[in-house]
Amino acid sequence: MFVLIVGAGRVGSALAKAALAAGHEVSVLDADPLSHERLDAGQSKSWEEAHGQFTVGTALETEALVQAGIERADVFIASTAGDNTNLVIAQIAQRRFGVEQVIVRVMDPARADWYGEQGLKTISPTKHAIEMFERALQPKAA
Amino acid sequence: MYAIIAGAGKVGRNLSRELISKGHEVTLIESSRACYLAIEEEFEHAVQYGDATELWVLERAGIQRADLVIAVTGDDEDNILVCQVAKEKYLCDRIIARVNNPRNHDTFKLLGIQPAVSATDLILRLIEHEVPRYGLVHLLALEEERLEIIELEVTDDAPTVGEKVTDIALPEGSLIISVLRGGSGFVPKHDTVIEAGDEVLLVLDPGLEDAITAYFAPNGHAATV
Repeated sequence: MFVLIVGAGRVGSALAKAALAAGHEVSVLDADPLSHERLDAGQSKSWEEAHGQFTVGTALETEALVQAGIERADVFIASTAGDNTNLVIAQIAQRRFGVEQVIVRVMDPARADWYGEQGLKTISPTKHAIEMFERALQPKAA
Repeated sequence: MYAIIAGAGKVGRNLSRELISKGHEVTLIESSRACYLAIEEEFEHAVQYGDATELWVLERAGIQRADLVIAVTGDDEDNILVCQVAKEKYLCDRIIARVNNPRNHDTFKLLGIQPAVSATDLILRLIEHEVPRYGLVHLLALEEERLEIIELEVTDDAPTVGEKVTDIALPEGSLIISVLRGGSGFVPKHDTVIEAGDEVLLVLDPGLEDAITAYFAPNGHAATV
């Protein structure tokens, strides 16, 4: 599979490395050239030596997405720091480029729910954290 | 009318002032604390502090009863989100979005955010209007309706100079709707004679610009938008 990940923060870069190790073709797009360092960190080979792809650019601009290979992407993951950026670029991937599987990180649970109902696959880390805290608060069954 | 305006920058503040002075109800939403505090005294209850892309903030502002939602923050993603949610979740009939980066115009269109207004585009139109060497000026493009209104200055060597409007065989899909002469405009009658120096306004099917230019300004260049 060809996986395009936009946003190489903690989540995006870890996901990119895992997908590459699992044998997928992986391309990463980030506006910050320094974010490349996260892809190399803790690896024996550099990201490029391991056949990973890295593009510097803004995902809202079509040229950057095309350069990063969106036209042949099977999976599109939006994991930038901005919820709204993620939601907009995910819809671009879905509607303009027809990417089959689009996954979006949305910190705000309310927006994650509503866009989820509209057909986007949203993942809300905040929601998961709340659930885990709630579970931790529950008294243990005797 | 009740309008919600996201973003209290220069555009948002001035829009709010105008709408309030015309007797409309306005809620201005601003996410920067410093900016909110600076304008709170002037706008009082008409300004709220919060991120307009958060659903509860929009609900607190009463989006369910808003007649118009205007997103004019400095961030295109935010403007798209506010308008998309207003239109599709809260079924608000009228939205207006500001485009900060003209390269994002297609994205607004793709996601159904219309009208989307870009200052750069507006200024470009004005430049075309002010610079006569372009010959042909696009005044209005009705993309959905596939019509446009253009303005052309009639040159001395135009084949239509001295012709009656009724005798000019314009291409199918074009019509002269107004003539500007000596500083005033009028709707031409069938016996109106076109003179050099007239500015003619035409309504056209898109794509007829070059054909029409040949009638009124054969050596002019059609401006491309």
